[in-house]
Amino acid sequence: MSLSESQLEVSPTPDEPKADDQPQSLEGLSPTKLAVRRFRKDRLSMIAFYVVAFVLVAAILAPIFTKIGIIDPISLNQDDKLIDPTLGGLPRGAAGGITWAHPLGIEPGTGRDVLSRLWYGVTFSLSISLAAAIVAIVVGTVLGIIAGFSGGLIDATVGRLIDLTLSFPQTLMLLALSSIFVAAIQQRTGLSTNPANAVYEIGVLGLFGWPAVARLIRGQVLSIREREFIEAAKLLGASPRRLYFKEILPNVWAPLLVSFTLITPQYVSAEAALSYLGVGIKPPTPTLGNILTDGVNYALTDFTYFLFPAIVIAVIVVSLNLFGDGVRDALDPKADR
Amino acid sequence: MSTTSAAPKHARPSGSGVEPILSVEDLQMYFPVKSRGVIRRTIGHVQAVDGVSFEVPKGGSLGLVGESGCGKSTTGRLITRLYKPTGGSIGFEGEDIAGFSPRQLMPLRREIQMIFQDPATSLNPRHTVGQIIGAPLVIHKITGKDGVMPRVKELLEIVGLNPEHVNRYPHEFSGGQRQRIGIARALTLQPKLLVADEPVSALDVSIQAQVINLLQDLQREFDIAFLFIAHDLAIVRHFCPEIAVMYLGKIVEVADRESLYTRPLHPYTQALLSAVPDVRQAAVGGRRERIRLQGDVPSPINPPSGCRFRTRCPIAKDVCAKVEPPLMQVGPRHKVACHFAGELGHHPAVPVTGIDVEGAATGGTVVESAGPGFEDTWLDLSTGQRTGA
Ligand SMILES: Nc1ncnc2c1ncn2[C@@H]1O[C@H](COP(=O)(O)OP(=O)(O)OP(=O)(O)O)[C@@H](O)[C@H]1O
Ligand code: SF4
Ligand SMILES: [Mg+2]
Repeated sequence: MSLSESQLEVSPTPDEPKADDQPQSLEGLSPTKLAVRRFRKDRLSMIAFYVVAFVLVAAILAPIFTKIGIIDPISLNQDDKLIDPTLGGLPRGAAGGITWAHPLGIEPGTGRDVLSRLWYGVTFSLSISLAAAIVAIVVGTVLGIIAGFSGGLIDATVGRLIDLTLSFPQTLMLLALSSIFVAAIQQRTGLSTNPANAVYEIGVLGLFGWPAVARLIRGQVLSIREREFIEAAKLLGASPRRLYFKEILPNVWAPLLVSFTLITPQYVSAEAALSYLGVGIKPPTPTLGNILTDGVNYALTDFTYFLFPAIVIAVIVVSLNLFGDGVRDALDPKADR
Repeated sequence: MSTTSAAPKHARPSGSGVEPILSVEDLQMYFPVKSRGVIRRTIGHVQAVDGVSFEVPKGGSLGLVGESGCGKSTTGRLITRLYKPTGGSIGFEGEDIAGFSPRQLMPLRREIQMIFQDPATSLNPRHTVGQIIGAPLVIHKITGKDGVMPRVKELLEIVGLNPEHVNRYPHEFSGGQRQRIGIARALTLQPKLLVADEPVSALDVSIQAQVINLLQDLQREFDIAFLFIAHDLAIVRHFCPEIAVMYLGKIVEVADRESLYTRPLHPYTQALLSAVPDVRQAAVGGRRERIRLQGDVPSPINPPSGCRFRTRCPIAKDVCAKVEPPLMQVGPRHKVACHFAGELGHHPAVPVTGIDVEGAATGGTVVESAGPGFEDTWLDLSTGQRTGA
């Protein structure tokens, strides 16, 4: 440990520091690159990644395809050749009216194309889930960093806020307050019903989702703030803002990315559940949730109409979860599981 | 008659004639210890730094040495004002900065910088070398965006690194190289005072000398004053013409290099010195024998009464528990705080601090010097008389 006199005497001249000038072996590989490399090695994660990528591309394409007329989720098709009015509008033909023109069949009663509705439904559901996840991440990160870094009274206050939020009867609130809040949003902003429903849903999902993120980030910050580079930054006169967002934030990217990829699928399922309970976007605008909710009514009479949205939701939720797990494992190779 | 000189309230030019850039007086840092539970009462204090005074001459360097936990880093963090002291003054270029507000401290950040102990944690792993070294320029808005990179490259060259490596991340460098990056960051604002908190103790022995040599060159080239913190006396010997030895929050001996290494008077200094290889044997009593201190440093929450070193002191007597030894000047640039101050093996039998073995005042000469600088007169331990230059 200590430096003896003799070592000082024979020390090389200062112009010769090259002895320790060899960069370490992993030269040029940033932690991110190493993580990507690990991720790529995992077959399951890579499959999940491709599915997620496919779903995202499809979600982006849906509005465009609708505009140029390739898919049509809205137009009614009250054609007696397609639906049977005597059976309450059930599709004619096998498996919910599957034909070349309607590969996943048609919607009972309205005759709308199920593929078009599901496709566009993915877009709406994912948009809501991603937006809500972003709200949760942003609120959770800001509060988590401030709480973890400041400690003391601020930390305690945020802690109580987290407890309060978690002990809230969320679902009940969502249901009970839905109509009041949606009406208020409409009044304030002049939005029509469905956009106002979307705003409400995003807001509520996000506001109930942040505590988990805040806790995670707070824990990370508690250890980061003890590191000397924070003191070094303070010593340079860095403002709190610089400390939070330039010094700390880049060091919590990894856990943030993981929670983002794991929260989003939760919200996809939550959207479906809430739809069933009557909260959120209503038909004719399609979401995976409201299609499935409608499909439940036909589970016995038009099974495929119930099956397809269920499969789509399951595939999206499972692949997003697997993708998130893969990201987590790639970023933190030491964690088991 | 007892002639106790009062502690000077202000820094005076010290004996060497060089004006101090830093003059610390009676510095104190008590960290509150809180109880657990909802109502967190203060149930005690960690007396991390308790009444420390010293000065650092312009462009000079003072070594601050002591075992782990004796308050060295806390002292460094007080001087850089990462902490606000609970007592005492920090005179920097004639101004007391101990009570400065963050706003007042801003210009000071350019003058006083710090080199941290552990280069593995003192660099943000998510910032490039260019961002790390350029941060001071950005924060203080010194150069425009275009001015940052040229200055960063210049600094990399100064500390002996390849200027091409600006876009690399800290983990791509070895420990010694990382410490050079930390040094470059500290130099960016051209400070007048650098607090180096054990700058080489986390490094490989083979690299320590290189980094010390670099610091020495920088000091000469840029006329930077250093407070050099270390936990053993070997490293500072090369670097510091003056050295203060700290124990449990207090300075127990401070002297110029010559006096401290050849004629250490405090038992603690003698023990530290005996652990240094290759120091002339005369200094430690003619035989190469390591003085082993028993036990650990006591808790600074409940420091021992009287002399804080008494629980581990090989020559402690009853009086040491009763009376705290004052810091006395015993040479032109030599102060020591021990009742039985004397060269190893020649510690006097009666206290030299103007008391008898029971702790009662004897009226003997005492030249207390609790201030940052040195007095013009001192106590000659061989005669017991006050002498001067
Ligand atoms: N922020 C703090 N709060 C409470 N106690 C502290 C704090 N910082 C330091 N201490 C205590 O003050 C004492 C002195 O610590 P300090 O870090 O200054 O020692 P040191 O001499 O630098 O030791 P080392 O060689 O291990 O770095 C220790 O007992 C430590 O536990
Ligand atoms: S005062 Fe007593 S206990 Fe303290 S160092 Fe001197 S002899 Fe040892
Ligand atoms: Mg320390």
